[in-house]
Amino acid sequence: MSLWGWVLIACVLSFVIKFAGYLLPRKAMDNPRMSRVAGTLTIGLLASLTMMNTFASGQALAVDARIVALAAAAVALWLRAPFLVVVIVGAAAAALTRLAGWG
Amino acid sequence: MSWFTSPAVRVGLSISIATGLYGLSFGALSVAAGLTFWQTMALSLLLFSGGSQFAFIGVIGGGGTGVAAMSAATLLGIRNGVYGMQMNALVRPSGLRKAIAAQVTIDESAATASGQLDHQEQRRGFWTAGLGVFTLWNIFTAVGALAGDAMGDPRQWGLDGAAVAAFLGLLWPRLQAKQPAAIAVVCALITVLTIPLLPSGVPILVAAAVAGVIGWFKHDAVPAGMAPDVEPYEEPYSEHDVDHYAADHKRPDHATPHRKGTDRKGDI
Repeated sequence: MSLWGWVLIACVLSFVIKFAGYLLPRKAMDNPRMSRVAGTLTIGLLASLTMMNTFASGQALAVDARIVALAAAAVALWLRAPFLVVVIVGAAAAALTRLAGWG
Repeated sequence: MSWFTSPAVRVGLSISIATGLYGLSFGALSVAAGLTFWQTMALSLLLFSGGSQFAFIGVIGGGGTGVAAMSAATLLGIRNGVYGMQMNALVRPSGLRKAIAAQVTIDESAATASGQLDHQEQRRGFWTAGLGVFTLWNIFTAVGALAGDAMGDPRQWGLDGAAVAAFLGLLWPRLQAKQPAAIAVVCALITVLTIPLLPSGVPILVAAAVAGVIGWFKHDAVPAGMAPDVEPYEEPYSEHDVDHYAADHKRPDHATPHRKGTDRKGDI
């Protein structure tokens, strides 16, 4: 299937999940286990996506300018910078590292 | 109280502006990851959930398949179903409004609504944040995608570093307690260890499976990570603020875990 197909399937499923919350009887989703799994899934996926975007180069591991971006973003978050500033700091760190000739 | 003097509307609008603006980064990163302008817009208009959208383009940008991207985005969207159930009880929309409410059920609208105590204000907060974020997020996605198209080599501008920072920024507010942080570390390790062994995009799904199993068998009352990563209010008094409740009640000596103000942003 083309990328368009997967984009549209993801869009449909996103709405179906949201709408299900409004349609299903309350007790179907209102249990602690459902909330726990939704919560741990969110954390696990975001941690995994952070690592993949930092270290994956296709199917190999690579250490390059992106790890400097990760460190810079962590410092920005530690200093309680707003999200948009964190993203810009990450971009600037990677760009400057490459400009300096590494990664 | 009218819409013009409502505190919930004011909070909803400021959340909308802060969140809408980082639609810029989503738009630019999406075209850098290889999606077209219209695929990018389809995600913002139809999928409309920031974390899921970043997940989709993150997997594609890393060389993963469409099915892996779709799976990661869908798993991240499960929490919106839980918000939907909570919002149905608070907002009680009917007919066509139910479908519209579902589409704008995200971290921001759920947090704004459940931070209000008055029923009328809960509804105002939900609709202001939901429709406001939807409008601005889509406008700024388009601007970001057009700008990204014009930028040339995304690596030269550090856009791959921006993606790393974006995911860490989405994760960070959920790591206030020890347990979520432990889950994050485990899933991070699994990902790094399996990247060389599995096809691109699949390590994310392995990590998700492990995180799901941990959630299934874990027995504490606090749904770790279910707090929306926005905190529109100074004082934590909503059910979404379980992490802070836990921090406050279990660890009274813990140094201020509260994030103040409305600019502390996460995913939509």
